[in-house]
Amino acid sequence: MFSFNVEKTSEKSIFEHLSFWDLIVVGGGPAGLNAGLYAKRKGLKVGIISYEIGGQLHNTSTVDNYLGIEYIEGKDLSDKFLNHINSLEIPILKQIKITSLKRIKQDFEITLSDGKILNSKTVLIATGGAPRKLEIPGEMTFANKGVSYCTTCDAPFFKDKHVIVAGGGNSAAEAVIDLVPWARKITVVHRSKWRADQILLDKHKSIDGLTVHLNTQILNVYGHGNMQGVEVLDKTTGKTFKIDADGLFIEIGTVPNSTLVKDLVETNGQGEILVDQNQMTSVPGLYAAGDVTSQPYKQIIISAAEGAKAALAVTQYLNQTYKGE
Amino acid sequence: MPTLLNQDLQNQIREFLAPMKEKVTLVLFTQESPCETCTETRQLLSEVSALNDKITFIEKDLIEDIKDADLYGINLTPSFVMLDSEGNYRGVKFNGIPAGHEINSFLTAIIDMSGVDFGFDQEIIDRIKKIDKPVNIKVFVTLSCPHCPGAVTTAQRLAMLNKNIEGEMIEAQTFYHLSEQYNVSGVPKIVINEKHELLGNQPIEAFLSQLEKL
Repeated sequence: MFSFNVEKTSEKSIFEHLSFWDLIVVGGGPAGLNAGLYAKRKGLKVGIISYEIGGQLHNTSTVDNYLGIEYIEGKDLSDKFLNHINSLEIPILKQIKITSLKRIKQDFEITLSDGKILNSKTVLIATGGAPRKLEIPGEMTFANKGVSYCTTCDAPFFKDKHVIVAGGGNSAAEAVIDLVPWARKITVVHRSKWRADQILLDKHKSIDGLTVHLNTQILNVYGHGNMQGVEVLDKTTGKTFKIDADGLFIEIGTVPNSTLVKDLVETNGQGEILVDQNQMTSVPGLYAAGDVTSQPYKQIIISAAEGAKAALAVTQYLNQTYKGE
Repeated sequence: MPTLLNQDLQNQIREFLAPMKEKVTLVLFTQESPCETCTETRQLLSEVSALNDKITFIEKDLIEDIKDADLYGINLTPSFVMLDSEGNYRGVKFNGIPAGHEINSFLTAIIDMSGVDFGFDQEIIDRIKKIDKPVNIKVFVTLSCPHCPGAVTTAQRLAMLNKNIEGEMIEAQTFYHLSEQYNVSGVPKIVINEKHELLGNQPIEAFLSQLEKL
């Protein structure tokens, strides 16, 4: 039986008519959507701009660590979040990117990829992260020719094939579980120890033919036309060897989507935005929340909570500190 | 037979389609057998068309109506094209059922074909109109891919704005032989004129840069 995931259309008209906003949220993942919810409830003129509603939730097959929800598919949780937002009629501009963000006196000017300009008293950057790459020879050569960063999207192409999962966190452990219905054989390669939740690793115990190489680094991806395998270094023995495989699913965390503001705010060495205890960046009125910040634990519930914190802090900032208009 | 769309989904889709301006016709090609997902695609198109009286649904047989199939360049089943209010084919084609996340590219195409403004910048529209060579854009998708509908919509909007361009969705699992032929192992995979490839859901500027080089 087929399922259907309908997304609501954009509310472009509201964005065309309202020229000055209290808060523009950039990003439609858990942090951005929850910020929208909290800000709207406080009575702020808030709008959300999102290229893809749900963000990384869509790369997650199942979620079983969000308090109050024992088990839900990532896309269904995203739909639940969105339905909640829609019930409060919070305007969302979809499939649009931001080309520039400038501070003008106390306010912000946001230029969209379709050329339109929005003005807002405050801005929340909740742009999340993009899949981190291994940055090894052959990775880009065989991208979409065996190398994949989206297990939910691409698993069906690896029916009865041997696939490698790179990584040792929860995303990698879940990718293994997602690949079981498709792949003939699964091999995990991770450069250090498992960091995934024990509850996920316990599920691995029943997977036939699962091979795990810990403390092992992937050196390169080889192939001819399509990927045919990877060369690895066993860091314990110092020996290199090859693993022949048809696919490589890279699940080694994310890099922050902070390019838009990298010259505007302070970031750490990884490009993650530094924020204070109220989610404010080094620029007054400019906030950040979720995976784009230096907060180390990239979890749905933590991103959502940071979005809420940011919206409450924005409300206080507008009431007490903002001197514009 | 139970409906594919429950009451909740029907309400969401009815709301989605509410901004439709002009009439749109869906022409589905099926065949008796063998046809994976013909039954479900027929049912989906029938159920969606019942949700807005501006949508007309016509079913044709790939063998019996071969002239029509040739007119739209259809040789697979299930495949359907979308015609505008004057019955013109504007290069919008779906091969396979647009279920899962792909329901969004299907519904968006209906809205777009009915004459609702895409919100494109005039400069982008001018660049699209200047493409003067025949262009076929294939977008391979899986129904579990959240990044795919965006790529399909971009390809089909290009098609609607320029009669030289055709934008077709191909559901990679139903047409596994095409996925193998085009060496698809990751989606969305965008194939332009059989040889140029784009990876992932690219912005319209990336499509245009490639088309301008043809």
